[in-house]
Amino acid sequence: MRGRNIWPHVWLVLGVLIFSFPIYITLIGSTHDGATIGRGDVPLLPGTHALENYAQAWGAGGGRYMGTPAVSMLANSLAMALLIAGGKIVISLLSAFAVVFFRFPGRMICFWAIFITLMLPVEVRIIPTFEVMVNLSLVNTMAGLVIPLIASATATLLFRQFFLTIPPEFVEAAKIDGAGPMRFFRDVVLPLSVTNIAALFVILFIYGWNQYLWPLLIINDRGLETIIVGLTKMIGGGDSQNEWNVIMATAVMALLPPVGVVLLMQRWFIKGLVETEK
Amino acid sequence: MKRRTLGLASAGMTLSAPALAQGGPVEIQFWHGLAQPLGGLLEAITADFNQKQSRFRIVPSYRGGYPETMVAAIAAFRAGTAPHIVQMFEVGTGTMITAGRAIKPVHELLSETGVSIDFEDYLPAVKGYYSLPDGRMMGMPFNSSTAIMFYNKEAFRRAGLNPDAPPATWAELREAAQKIKASGHEMPFSSAWPTWCQIEQFSAIHNLPLASLENGFGGLGTVLQVNNPRMTRQLALLMEMSREGSFRWGGRDSAGDAVFASGQAAIIHASSGARARYLREVPGGAANVGAAMLPYSPDVQGAPYNSIIGGAAFWAMNRGPNARRNADENRGIAEFFAHLASTEVAAKWHTDTGFLPVTKKAFEQVRASGFYAQNPGADIPIQQLLRGGGQMTGNTRGIRLGGFVEIRVIMQEEMERALQGQQTAEAALNNAVTRGNVVLRNFERANRG
Amino acid sequence: MSQSAIFKGVVVPYLLLAPQLLVTAIFFFWPAAQAIWQSLLREDAFGLNSEFVWFENFIEVVTDPTWLDAAFRTLFFSAAVAALALGSALFLAVQADRNIRGATTYKTLLVWPYAVAPAVAAVLWLFMFHPNIGIFGRALNAMGIAWDYKLNGGQAMGLVILASAWKQVSYNFIFFLAGLQSIPKSVLEAAAIDGASPRYRFWTIIFPLLSPTAFFLLVVNLTYAFFETFGVIHSLTQGGPGKATETLIYRAYTDGVMNLNLGTSAAQSVILMLLVVALTFVQFRFIERRVHY
Repeated sequence: MRGRNIWPHVWLVLGVLIFSFPIYITLIGSTHDGATIGRGDVPLLPGTHALENYAQAWGAGGGRYMGTPAVSMLANSLAMALLIAGGKIVISLLSAFAVVFFRFPGRMICFWAIFITLMLPVEVRIIPTFEVMVNLSLVNTMAGLVIPLIASATATLLFRQFFLTIPPEFVEAAKIDGAGPMRFFRDVVLPLSVTNIAALFVILFIYGWNQYLWPLLIINDRGLETIIVGLTKMIGGGDSQNEWNVIMATAVMALLPPVGVVLLMQRWFIKGLVETEK
Repeated sequence: MKRRTLGLASAGMTLSAPALAQGGPVEIQFWHGLAQPLGGLLEAITADFNQKQSRFRIVPSYRGGYPETMVAAIAAFRAGTAPHIVQMFEVGTGTMITAGRAIKPVHELLSETGVSIDFEDYLPAVKGYYSLPDGRMMGMPFNSSTAIMFYNKEAFRRAGLNPDAPPATWAELREAAQKIKASGHEMPFSSAWPTWCQIEQFSAIHNLPLASLENGFGGLGTVLQVNNPRMTRQLALLMEMSREGSFRWGGRDSAGDAVFASGQAAIIHASSGARARYLREVPGGAANVGAAMLPYSPDVQGAPYNSIIGGAAFWAMNRGPNARRNADENRGIAEFFAHLASTEVAAKWHTDTGFLPVTKKAFEQVRASGFYAQNPGADIPIQQLLRGGGQMTGNTRGIRLGGFVEIRVIMQEEMERALQGQQTAEAALNNAVTRGNVVLRNFERANRG
Repeated sequence: MSQSAIFKGVVVPYLLLAPQLLVTAIFFFWPAAQAIWQSLLREDAFGLNSEFVWFENFIEVVTDPTWLDAAFRTLFFSAAVAALALGSALFLAVQADRNIRGATTYKTLLVWPYAVAPAVAAVLWLFMFHPNIGIFGRALNAMGIAWDYKLNGGQAMGLVILASAWKQVSYNFIFFLAGLQSIPKSVLEAAAIDGASPRYRFWTIIFPLLSPTAFFLLVVNLTYAFFETFGVIHSLTQGGPGKATETLIYRAYTDGVMNLNLGTSAAQSVILMLLVVALTFVQFRFIERRVHY
């Protein structure tokens, strides 16, 4: 009986090790000097150059790639992720509220118009969307990076499902109190939605932070570069003369914020994941 | 953040040109595609120009590699926010020359602003590459290079080879590479820019047509001809060397530069412009880096002919499909170009980097200074351009194909598949021709108007 | 919802919907229409000349053998990513489900790769498999296996699949574990008393009960492999060597953005949109079914 119970642990520990190994290698690499890594002596234990690597990545960036400092790329990524997550939540709350608590002509058309956007991910309409951005002069702007991504069918659907569970008595009570729809929204709907908002925020923050194709298309001004795109640009064609130590430090900085959010807010994260079901 | 405010300021300025009168220099946006150390050297030249005069300010901005810079500039043009000047690699030349009102041809720019540049003083190979058949200049040549061979002297010594007698023919190169391999080197010979060095340069040096109509100089109706028997045999040789381990693929585009810089590859065919980087980075430093002309095959009558140029040129662009530059902006661009054409700038760029001295005066000045005597090998690129007596043929003038960026990728893909053993040399080149011709026909059609 | 639970007014709901509808109209419907329009045009790179060509772009795309290759490659790639990500997630979830006490800890240790961007996942795997600086890349070469994903198409594809699947396992793991934990223990105990072996129990009882989750995850994983792995491919192989890792999305990107063939890229976008419509349709038919469970 005991022998059988040990195996799941063995497999799981093995799984965890395999899954963490890429990060481990990167973390260790980011504490060595460039020559050690460039030579191919892959270190498995921490080195002594962590401070200078992170300082260089943070303040100056990779040398050959006319470095963009990670601090500016991180700031851009953070702004993008927060604006996308916040924007998506706000406009989805508002639209779900309208669809659930009002009856107006064209309600179903509006609902389907939002719903259908699920079928039009950026990836399948690269060039035409770029053309639109060009026409609106949104190329190379933070607004251009964020606004097109804040429409959200999933978030709207989620809030709609949730609003439908709010007992009708609440609305009736509010009406008797003489409260208008916006007061009802503020005093009743919002407080009830806090958990959902938090859960969704975690998911959407990660979604925003990890955007790749969109910034790659819209931004070529290095002042607006995000960390994910900046990181892969540092690698270029896999040049073996790269400053790998600085690149590894940048990689750590690129993945720390979303991973940190997941680990610290795991409960919300899993709730958000399961409820959005994509 | 700072750069963004600069951008806004310049946009405001271009909209309201009279504002110039209030003082403040006219800003000239300049996008380039050179990483370090070249990018820094280039930006130093713009800084010099800004210091020298106060009416104009060049604002350099690195936009990624050459292909990214080209794509970004074209997209910006469609958006009406094109930079005043863009650095475009030689592959983009065909696209730029047929770009109509997207560009401001250099000859027009000069005649309108009254600034003069003596293009007669430019090397014929350079001038010819960026001018119309009647001689009018379209782009502003700057960092022209040609492909040459670099080799690691230490690796030569270890293999028992004479480090001062680099191989001159392909047979000698193969033999040397085999010996280097036998001495325990894992990467005896590799190549940066594989199509440029191994197909385009090889074609020129052996007077083989890359494409009909004088490699496209004669018109948009050109078709690829790289599947000729001699080129096929050459690719087969590379494949054989790859199988025996004397040649190793270094990656697409400039990726191969790195394998030599790190000391991993003993011999590399690369841009002469890589010299600055190699002298700094190759273990053992400058004393360990040898330079020689690209090898040739004596079985081709008349070979070696001159090699062709590569590198990049600067193009003046209009702001957008319906937005021209004002006279001040044009003047600023013209004066900056004139600054680049000065003997001092051209000579310094050449000696600092390994790119060609683009003017004869610069070449003379550098020669007179004794630079070539002190830096053996630094004159290899220009000698190689003049090889074959300076008599250019339709196959050695250069290449002017529309959609060449895509064609190069196609050729690289077919080479990669051949080197993996998935197809014969013949099939690879036939495929390259078939697929490349589709690109040429589409380009011809889109640019008929 | 009864009438009394509804607010009156027409202007207010429209105002509330306005931001979402505006963004949707400008950034979804306009580009979609533009895609259809552009797919019927031939344009030069600078947008100075254009010609209406009817369906020529579509014909060019679907008759191009390299595009068809990319289509089949995308299928293979997606199937491989989904199989790998689902298989290993299911295995780990079953293990975690066996010892409830450790499950939460393991969950914490296994969920975080979900937060790593596909492009960053690719970079992490590059650090391990780079032929010169990667620990495994060098080890393979030292063992005499010529490892160079930049020249060997099969190796490149393998690496891209691994990096893409690695990131997706945590997502699958969470759902499988939740699915397993919702299976009533009494059912399993009854089977155990009947003397069924663990393997038999898994395939006859657990797996069928898990199949709705598995099917849902399959759709999600295929969608992921189709669209979101662009970052992995772009930062690892750029579609090469040859065209060994070029997927349909990557193809639309290179044709449109790098090669500046706007017409054919738009035609590819239209084809891909039809594909997504089909995928979404499948997904929703299934979700409808799930509601009845």
